[in-house]
Amino acid sequence: MANIKVYVPRDTTACSLGADSVAISLQHYFSNNDIDCEVVRSGSRGLYWLEPLIEIETDSGRIAYGPIGPNIIDEFIAAKCWKINKEHWSYLGVVDEIPYLQKQQRVTFARVGVIDPLSLSDYENHFGFSGLKQALDMSGQEIVSQIKDSGLRGRGGAAFPTGIKWQTVLDTESDQKYVVCNADEGDSGTYSDRMLMESDPLCLIEGMTIAGIAVGADKGYIYLRDEYPLAFTVLEEAIVLARNSNFLGENILDSGKNFDLEIRLGAGAYICGEETSMLESLEGKRGEVRPKPPLPAIKGLFGKPTVINNVISLASVAAIIVNGASSYQNYGVNRSRGTLPFQLSGNIKYAGLVEIPFGVTLKDLLYEYGGGSRSGRPLRAVQVGGPLGAYLPESQWDTPLDYEAFTSIDGMLGHGGIVAFDDTVDMSAQARFSMEFCAIESCGKCTPCRIGSVRGVEVIDRIKAGENSVKNKELLLELCDTMVTGSLCAMGGLTPYPVRSALEHFAEDFESGS
Amino acid sequence: MSIDKEASREEMVLEIVSKYKEIPGPLLVVLHGIQQELGFIPPEFIPDIAEGLNLSRAEIHGVISFYHFFRSTPAGRHTIQLCRAESCQAMGSRELERHAKKSLEIDFHQTTADGQITLEPVYCLGNCACSPAIRVGDAIHAHVGAESFDAIVNELISEKVEVKN
Repeated sequence: MANIKVYVPRDTTACSLGADSVAISLQHYFSNNDIDCEVVRSGSRGLYWLEPLIEIETDSGRIAYGPIGPNIIDEFIAAKCWKINKEHWSYLGVVDEIPYLQKQQRVTFARVGVIDPLSLSDYENHFGFSGLKQALDMSGQEIVSQIKDSGLRGRGGAAFPTGIKWQTVLDTESDQKYVVCNADEGDSGTYSDRMLMESDPLCLIEGMTIAGIAVGADKGYIYLRDEYPLAFTVLEEAIVLARNSNFLGENILDSGKNFDLEIRLGAGAYICGEETSMLESLEGKRGEVRPKPPLPAIKGLFGKPTVINNVISLASVAAIIVNGASSYQNYGVNRSRGTLPFQLSGNIKYAGLVEIPFGVTLKDLLYEYGGGSRSGRPLRAVQVGGPLGAYLPESQWDTPLDYEAFTSIDGMLGHGGIVAFDDTVDMSAQARFSMEFCAIESCGKCTPCRIGSVRGVEVIDRIKAGENSVKNKELLLELCDTMVTGSLCAMGGLTPYPVRSALEHFAEDFESGS
Repeated sequence: MSIDKEASREEMVLEIVSKYKEIPGPLLVVLHGIQQELGFIPPEFIPDIAEGLNLSRAEIHGVISFYHFFRSTPAGRHTIQLCRAESCQAMGSRELERHAKKSLEIDFHQTTADGQITLEPVYCLGNCACSPAIRVGDAIHAHVGAESFDAIVNELISEKVEVKN
């Protein structure tokens, strides 16, 4: 019998459900019984309710089974599922034909869950490094123009056009420039950066190298949060692989161009996802926000011109170079071009990663992909865009997922995180948490954020206690205005959005005794 | 603590400082290195770090106290990070938090009386598709409720203590 490949994900969430132990059981069984099967640790497809998801390679595609946790693996082996057992309860058929996956347009996540993240040949067989090879034959301006024409906007949350940022760095004269990848994915409900780094790390490395070549930077940093230990391990190994094969380092692929990168770990500070705070942290300082201007593109890390992009932005670059700007531009609506990997989280039945073009409605995501709540109770509120994003009531779920459409309802798409809550949620508690979180995570540099958040918690407590409720609600809204207009960065400037939306759309939760 | 042990700890700190002092912006890397080795950053070594990196003691203290991850006191034998962020809240982490504090008889940032468990809050482990989540060492646990929390704690406590020479 020919060697059969059996894929078991090595991804934080899959591992949190027992994927490591499942992989070990399979390996033991195959080797003890002289069965010619190889266990490959792939990444995750992001169909998390089915993890650990096991895939078996066959002539007609990969056959999936799930969820196969450690308590089921013995039964799975006994049922000879690795020889394809269509009768088994966990049989899901060809993985690419699972509707959740089939309906998606995976551009940035094309390889995620498919390849062995630490196999260079696997990566190259799936168009890996084609973008870099093309970029090495292009001028810096040609690369930057491609990125501009693609319409790619920063996927970290602020949605600033990536190509324009690159253009500024390219146009700024300096003896040293940097590329910094912001991998401080702190927003609750988001995990697309983590998935990409764990499941396709070479894609990020390739994107950063292209960015370096485009703008004339020879040094890159990945600022990774400490909460992602597996991503750190995988990325470190991937950097060594790339360096050993001359995709990184000096004279890359004999092009005469140099670029190398290293990972720097954060230390549990949400604010360090803000770009200037991140630069301070990279320089070894307290992560206090810098006033802008100067823009980091002109005066960034160690005072030098710096490209700062989110993981997903950088991971989208190689595909844009390979397929052309117009191919990426063809996805999406209005000024939101391309695809966004949305992440369904919280109280949702089918939680997972959904990469689709902009334009579908939130309701479609929640029900057609998400299948409604996990608890079985009605959904009541949805927070989109992380802890600084508004809570949206059902009346707003018809809004198309498009940066500007969300801005128009005082919401934001941010990094694409979608956290669903059922009808047991107490929205005054959620609003209070927004203020509390801001108080804990504020860098302390500006007063509206540092003090405003503390006062915000107190005022909400007074409203809930029924103390002078009308006046205190007015006070809360005034406090929110001060924070929005007077804060130095998005931390204090956006914290009022979830608070105000909760107060506006879920006012009944703010009555005393509610 | 014996004088020898204290001296060897200081040696380790100096070694880490000299290993990284030439890299750009070394302080966080140095602090991570020290905490990795010693479990925390003993305040008595702040002068060594300051001198080695040509920074003021105030700057070192300022950085240590800014970041939630860095500790100035030893933690228990195991640290449990419990996610308090929104996705976990939507799946019952507020109840889990109450249960954890009650069953361990400690608040956040505290260690159980027997020195076994330190409880820390964390704001997102990126495991939001399977909330609530906790982290112990490098292991993340999914769908954690009161019962599975107790089971995890019991397993940690019953782990044999490795005897080091």
